[in-house]
Amino acid sequence: MNTLLAGNPKTKTTGTPLPWGRWGLRSVAISYLIVMLVIPLLVILQDGMREGLVELWRQVTLPIAWHALKLTLWTSAMMVVLNTIMGTLTAFVLVRYEFPGKTILNAIIDLPLAIPTLVTGVMLVVLFGPQEAIGSWLKEQFDTSIIFAPPGIIMALLFLTFPFVVRSVQPVLLELDLAQERAAATLGAGGWTIFWRIILPPLTLPILTGALLSFARAIGEFGSIVIVAGNIPLVSQTAAVYVFGEVESENRLGASAVSIAMVAIAFSLMMAANYLRKLSKKGSPEEIE
Amino acid sequence: MKNSIANNPALLSRIVQSVDKQKGKWIGWIMIGVVLMYVSVLILAPLIALTVNAFERGLGAVIASFSQSYVLLSFWNTLWIGLIVVSIHAVFGTIVAWVFVRHRFPGRDLINGLVDMPFAVSPVVAGYMLLLLFGRNGLLAPLVEATGIRVAFAFPGMILATLFVTLPFMIRELIPVLEAFDTRQEKAAATLGANGWQTFWRVTFPALRWGMIYGITLTFARALGEFGAVLVIGGAAQGKMMTTTLFIYHALEERQYIGAYSAALALGLFSLVLVLGSDRLRRKGH
Repeated sequence: MNTLLAGNPKTKTTGTPLPWGRWGLRSVAISYLIVMLVIPLLVILQDGMREGLVELWRQVTLPIAWHALKLTLWTSAMMVVLNTIMGTLTAFVLVRYEFPGKTILNAIIDLPLAIPTLVTGVMLVVLFGPQEAIGSWLKEQFDTSIIFAPPGIIMALLFLTFPFVVRSVQPVLLELDLAQERAAATLGAGGWTIFWRIILPPLTLPILTGALLSFARAIGEFGSIVIVAGNIPLVSQTAAVYVFGEVESENRLGASAVSIAMVAIAFSLMMAANYLRKLSKKGSPEEIE
Repeated sequence: MKNSIANNPALLSRIVQSVDKQKGKWIGWIMIGVVLMYVSVLILAPLIALTVNAFERGLGAVIASFSQSYVLLSFWNTLWIGLIVVSIHAVFGTIVAWVFVRHRFPGRDLINGLVDMPFAVSPVVAGYMLLLLFGRNGLLAPLVEATGIRVAFAFPGMILATLFVTLPFMIRELIPVLEAFDTRQEKAAATLGANGWQTFWRVTFPALRWGMIYGITLTFARALGEFGAVLVIGGAAQGKMMTTTLFIYHALEERQYIGAYSAALALGLFSLVLVLGSDRLRRKGH
């Protein structure tokens, strides 16, 4: 019995000593994942491919579908650029400065994670809708609309993904050693030089991770966008809304083809984010568990 | 020069102080101002606008819209779906996290990637996958007919759709907690004669408790707010089986704005209290 205690604490053992319990648990876990995730994914792959890859490609490049995919990608890309800048800035301000309302700001960051995306859409329509005060003012003064147009899509995506970059950068920024910046300043470096050469390099990986995660999250967004952008083909119809329309009109091939394209794009972005996260963990050997 | 600074702590601390002071001047206030403006416009203003608009015609109109029987029924349905989904994920999610952390077997990395899959799959696509399986011409249509249990356009389909979308939360929340748990405690319990179950319930489970509670609330909040997947599998046009999000969507289409806004506000606030509250609890628990 004592040999058990003397064993290396790092080696993982099962809590259930019986071998059948161990195999039972393992097969329960694996079958659960297969039923819940693998089978549905295989079904949609099979459905999209049933007329061959050429037909799949044709369905994806049909003018309306192609426009929807392009709109999804460029609005998401715009969001990523803005979110990266503002997310990094927010993390920086939260870590480095003291100001009234800081704790409230820190709590507000996570708010988009808790609010259902449909509710997000409703909130934005209420604020910027064409009949509302701000919406009609923008229309009169600048002849731009936010709702039922790409800016609304970008705003909805910015709302949803705001925590991703902030929460990815914040912990790394907290760990940075202030002594390096002080040394640089003592040696005559200006604020800008310190930012580019001392602060930014260690933040690159977490910033990229947050950016990729928000990109992946944005590709499939539906709830907020269907409210904010409506369903206007070739104008404000995104890929997810397009798939919804094709499912409703029972165009299975079109729906499956664009679904496969969306899943493929979003999943590769997420895998890239996971890879970067692993990379940045390896980079800091003194990380405390 | 270098030496003299290093050897003179008073001088060094003066330099450090002056550097730190410079940094916190006007540029700091500009950055703080920009961030506060951004958060106010992007997050706070929409939230306030929704609150104001829901109460535009007074509290009476809000109460009147909530007391309609189909609105109450939609809340009730949402709550049931959430509870069922949470109970299933609480059990199976814990098992998956356990197997992932404690067992070593080929294909373990595959599980790691697979668990995140629902984050990358659009909710619409998730609902559509289930339609391909259980719909009228679906692969499992013969099975559906044989058993007589309707899945698509019915309660079971909505539960399955919500299960798919919420799968990662419990598992992702528990894996780090399990990894941080010191297995020597279990070995000690075993040495003292506890069997597998006793060790789990009295040693391992108490350590996992806060992680589980947070995972459960996240799953629950996400389940309450699920829309796209439920819309597709529930049959958008029929609209017989209502959930809160489906009610909001239909109310907007029918221009019942007070009903839509007040339901959206209620749902949003409920999820918010749930998630932020359990986050507080978790921090206290640690």
